Amino acid sequence: MADVKKMAIVVHSGTLDKAYPPLMLAAAAGASDMKIDLFFTFWGLLLLRKKGLRRAKLPGIMRMGTGMMRWRIKKVGIATMQELLEAAKDSGNLTIYACTATMDLMMVKKEHLIPEVDGFMGAAGFLDIAADADIQLFI
Amino acid sequence: MSEKPVANKTFDARGLQCPMPILKAKKEITTLEVGQILEVLSDDAGSKEDFPRWARRTGNEFLGIFDEEDFARYFIKRLG
Repeated sequence: MADVKKMAIVVHSGTLDKAYPPLMLAAAAGASDMKIDLFFTFWGLLLLRKKGLRRAKLPGIMRMGTGMMRWRIKKVGIATMQELLEAAKDSGNLTIYACTATMDLMMVKKEHLIPEVDGFMGAAGFLDIAADADIQLFI
Repeated sequence: MSEKPVANKTFDARGLQCPMPILKAKKEITTLEVGQILEVLSDDAGSKEDFPRWARRTGNEFLGIFDEEDFARYFIKRLG
């Protein structure tokens, strides 16, 4: 391949509606031979806690519709977030970073996080990665 | 439309939703030799745009879409 495209995403939100898109994009990018760096920060970081993806709810008043949404997701055959994460990891193209300031803020320790986390960094570290990416998103 | 290519392997992705058809196709195509052809059956409407773009993006050749009644056949030749 001539040049490998790179995608860098800030995963800022911990709710189901905003957790899905970065994982879908990461899985698709992995299968498209693109490198992906996901930086989980603020409420997004909570998704990296063990069972975090499974516990994600819809935001605000829609929270009570979470079960219905998950049922619809299953019914139409959309993969679970765990499956998407696994698939993106399997491609060998996904690197996951946890935001260290958020870990302090939310009192999250390394041992609370899923083993798929590759690294820990702050804003400057992620900016260095994003500066070299072809696609930069904030979700 | 031109003649339907002869596939070395067929993968049935019907019932799978975005982005799974692409993910599975990626796994399947890596099992082929360079120059061989993968056929994917998909009923995901997004596949019409996804497969040609994905094939080119991954350095392979997209050979065409052949519509059936409620799904379509996608042919990709492995180059990369």
